[in-house]
Amino acid sequence: MSSVTQEQVEEVVHKALESFGADPTEFAPGTTFESLDIDSLDLAELSQIVDEEFGVTLKGDDMKQIRTLGDAVSLILERAA
Amino acid sequence: MSERPQDAVALVTGGSRGIGAAIAGALAADGWPVALTYRSGAQEAAAVVAAIEAAGGRAVALQSDVTADGAAAAVLETAREQLGGPVLTLVNNAGVREDDLAISLDDERWQRVIDTNLTAVFRMMREALGPMLRARHGRIVNIASVVGLRANAGQANYAAAKGGLVAATKTIAVEVARRGVTVNAVAPGFIATDMTADLPKEFLDGIPARRAGMPEEVAAAVRFLASDDAGYVTGSTLYVDGGLAA
Ligand SMILES: NC(=O)c1ccc[n+]([C@@H]2O[C@H](COP(=O)([O-])OP(=O)(O)OC[C@H]3O[C@@H](n4cnc5c(N)ncnc54)[C@H](OP(=O)(O)O)[C@@H]3O)[C@@H](O)[C@H]2O)c1
Repeated sequence: MSSVTQEQVEEVVHKALESFGADPTEFAPGTTFESLDIDSLDLAELSQIVDEEFGVTLKGDDMKQIRTLGDAVSLILERAA
Repeated sequence: MSERPQDAVALVTGGSRGIGAAIAGALAADGWPVALTYRSGAQEAAAVVAAIEAAGGRAVALQSDVTADGAAAAVLETAREQLGGPVLTLVNNAGVREDDLAISLDDERWQRVIDTNLTAVFRMMREALGPMLRARHGRIVNIASVVGLRANAGQANYAAAKGGLVAATKTIAVEVARRGVTVNAVAPGFIATDMTADLPKEFLDGIPARRAGMPEEVAAAVRFLASDDAGYVTGSTLYVDGGLAA
């Protein structure tokens, strides 16, 4: 799984967030999920997508620590490595 | 109003006999490709599939004990593979009863009924929700019982499971409502099936309608809740009981 790049993770995360109704013009590493109106159900769905795409399992505790898009991308990259 | 995606399929647990067989038939008649599961009744399940096919519908029978580890994810995946689309209607119908007065009800019979009628249903729902959320469309119908609401001596295990199922139905309904996924319960009263074959006929005197219900009458309620028309009905329990719970 070391072949997963930051760009690939960002693409999957951005696509998912857009499908949840978030505004893609707001996407930046420092953007918080809260400011995008991404709620706990969206995050649960995101973790399923990430599991399917990269085989990375994010648990409830992980999701609680993730506040920004950058946090999410780094954690997924770290787990996929 | 969200319409069901073209490739959507339905899965009915315990579809080999009784109420589940009628539900499978009703959904197939409504255009759903149907996977029906059974524990041991392979011949009965094959007969239900044959009847659906003879009426112009599509169905497959899948052996799967709902209480087995990993059964939920495996059977949902097999249904998707065999019918060519995600399970967007899930009917949790498989159920058992093992009656006794509480004072003599042992741990094994308590646990078996809770495992089959409650825990297994939760697992099916959990595994089915992902694709439904993704599709922005889903229908879950849980077969509860009037005994979840009204006391029936000798059924503490069954009542606890069915009452718990109604509570879980409502909770999950509110968790997923904003994604076009509905979760409802149907609570049958006394329905003429193998499950009730041993009950005394005097039982009918206590039913306002003065008769047993037919599996098809329960199936009609499920067919409605699974339809596009029922998109705004969620977290509810529909009684099909001849007035028993009224
Ligand atoms: N009949 C009533 O008056 C009544 C009233 C209220 C609620 N209900 C509920 O309605 C549902 C259906 O009842 P019914 O009267 O149609 O029952 P039934 O005639 O006894 O049929 C039960 C069905 O469930 C399947 N099943 C049982 N345990 C299973 C397991 N561990 N894994 C997979 N499948 C399993 C059986 O498969 P096999 O044939 O392979 O064993 C069969 O297809 C149940 O949830 C019941 O509690 C019934």
